[in-house]
Amino acid sequence: MNRKQKHTLIRIIISAVLLIALCFVHLSRPVMCVLYLIPYLVIGYDILKKAGKGIINRQPLDENLLMAIATIGAMVLAVCRTGDFTEAVAVMLFYQIGELFQSCAVGRSRRNIGELMDIRPDCANIEGPDGIEQVDPDEVEIGTVILVQPGEKVPIDGIVEDGNASMDTSALTGESVPRSVRPGDEVISGSIDMNGVLRIRTTREFEESTASKILDLVENASSRKSRSENFISRFARVYTPAVVIGAVLLALVPPLVQMAMPGMSAEWGEWIYRALTFLVISCPCALVISIPLSFFAGIGGASREGILVKGSNFLEALSAVDTVVMDKTGTLTKGVFEVTGVYPRQGLTQDELLQMAARAEMYSSHPVALALRGAAGDAAETGSVEDVEEIAGHGVRASVDGKTVCAGNMKMMKLAGAEGITDAPAGAEGLPCTPEEAGTRIHVSADGRYAGCIVISDVIKETSAEAVSKLRAAGVKRLIMLTGDAKAAAEAVAEQLGITEVFSELLPGDKVEKVESLSGGAGTDGKSGTGEGPEKKGGSRKGKLAFVGDGINDAPVLSRADVGIAMGALGSDAAIEAADVVLMDDNPVKIAKAIRISGKCMRIVRENIVFAIGIKVLCLLLCALGLVGMWAAIFADVGVMVLAVLNAIRTLFVKNL
Amino acid sequence: MKKTYKIEVDCANCANKMELAANKTEGVKEATVNFMALKMKVEFEEGAEPQTVMEEVRKNCKKVEDDCEIYL
Repeated sequence: MNRKQKHTLIRIIISAVLLIALCFVHLSRPVMCVLYLIPYLVIGYDILKKAGKGIINRQPLDENLLMAIATIGAMVLAVCRTGDFTEAVAVMLFYQIGELFQSCAVGRSRRNIGELMDIRPDCANIEGPDGIEQVDPDEVEIGTVILVQPGEKVPIDGIVEDGNASMDTSALTGESVPRSVRPGDEVISGSIDMNGVLRIRTTREFEESTASKILDLVENASSRKSRSENFISRFARVYTPAVVIGAVLLALVPPLVQMAMPGMSAEWGEWIYRALTFLVISCPCALVISIPLSFFAGIGGASREGILVKGSNFLEALSAVDTVVMDKTGTLTKGVFEVTGVYPRQGLTQDELLQMAARAEMYSSHPVALALRGAAGDAAETGSVEDVEEIAGHGVRASVDGKTVCAGNMKMMKLAGAEGITDAPAGAEGLPCTPEEAGTRIHVSADGRYAGCIVISDVIKETSAEAVSKLRAAGVKRLIMLTGDAKAAAEAVAEQLGITEVFSELLPGDKVEKVESLSGGAGTDGKSGTGEGPEKKGGSRKGKLAFVGDGINDAPVLSRADVGIAMGALGSDAAIEAADVVLMDDNPVKIAKAIRISGKCMRIVRENIVFAIGIKVLCLLLCALGLVGMWAAIFADVGVMVLAVLNAIRTLFVKNL
Repeated sequence: MKKTYKIEVDCANCANKMELAANKTEGVKEATVNFMALKMKVEFEEGAEPQTVMEEVRKNCKKVEDDCEIYL
């Protein structure tokens, strides 16, 4: 509790004690009135002051003025009619207790989220002439070598110069498995060094470093308001005047009607009392506080899981996503080539074929060569390789252990004059099997004889299949895969993952067009068959379209989709700029998680809207009918607010979604 | 030009009122108040002097919500 809150608490206690004490005092009415004014002013002076200032500044009605009118009215009624002064004081007291609770709850969730996002480094260690110096990370220039001790946070992005360590990146990515780093590896700020001393040469300034960027992003996220938040702001603006008009009518109309009726006397006191109660209930605090709090907590909870949502509006859009368009390379697949099949001719082993190809590709830096060498292992490093010749568009020729080995495509084989191979591999003589799997085929020949074929393809991420099924479970109706790859390769991946809609052989520009036509015309698209009327044409459909990419080359598509999701974005500025939602690691399962978090958040927002407005309306009705008094009214009001705030805080817990 | 200021305000509704008041101030192109982060982000009109505009913003905010503060 801060000073202000403590101050309020003390006032609450004093006024409550005085109120209870006064229950045992019985004196004449004017004396009692003066005595009750003491606790009333102790608890309510600031509200009366604010109400007064509001009138002086010609402000529209606010809750301070409402409370002031209601309680002063109750006092006046007590003086001239009931003699029950407790009510005015109690109403003010409850109101203040509610305000205090609200202020504490908000402060607490602010701190909670602050702790969750505890990646802001305090200082950087620099090795100076006289030992280690601690400096403000802001002052560290690019290219400085900083020292990170075990247990410390890396303050600035950089490259490891010296030392090995396991890094805990869970605060950034939500990934609990530590990442090990060696000299030459990139480390990002905000990760925690778990066990080794590291010397890191910084590659960015502190302001530009990952940790600073993430913090900035999360802090600014709730500035972009969602439709629900705007709705509540507008609602609060018309609501208060409406209730005041209602109260005035309630105070005037029924007594006047009674006067007009023959044989009835006007019960002015009763109706004015009801009108005042009406005012007490009317405060819209529960709504106004609980909605932004829900979004704030939702965004905070998501960022803990390595999902950065750039604004409440995107969280809202994410919950309405029914179409997810995914890029293949880098999103569903690793974007790295690996050997997935080795088919030697009869008489050769798989290993022999692989070694031969790997040695021939010994000096190439082509991704295919990397994949071959990776699969062959260290054994490929031995043996003599000479006369390496790369033939553009064909492959490579080299002399390996005295044999002339050629590796490349079918054209290369023809060039090498490889025997025993025809254009149609199926059933071809000497070809032991018919590799039908998708991928790039590397044919190998040795001394003019066909040796076999190696299939290299982009590997599907282990979690991609799970991601697809989880997305479907999260309510995504259409899953579409886009890729620049060949049709066969694309369809093979899609089939393995259970994706039915595939658009292949797309150029980067085609992807933008595809996404636009999908998000605009999907309602009238024959394939979707949702039976939407023609008036919905032109892209005003309810479901939103999300595009998921790895942030490389697809920035235009990311910004064109309703929700652009970039993944594996750690350290990639372009992706963080272009996307609306940023997944810190490259696990596609997080897409479904993001959708579920947004769903939970929106559910709680809706609950709060319905619950708070519902209870308010119910109380107003009961009060107009004279069924509840001011006590019950204030209790309901504070109670609704407390429940709504507690419900909002629930959004913070997203771990098990 | 955009600048972010730290603010102090107690209730969400008051933050909304501050936002409205700030937006009505001359020289302010767009202002957003983030109640949860207690920050006000102000985009100034071309050629406006932030310091003087913000003094005015603070005055207007004080008018609608007495109990608020903007740290300039």
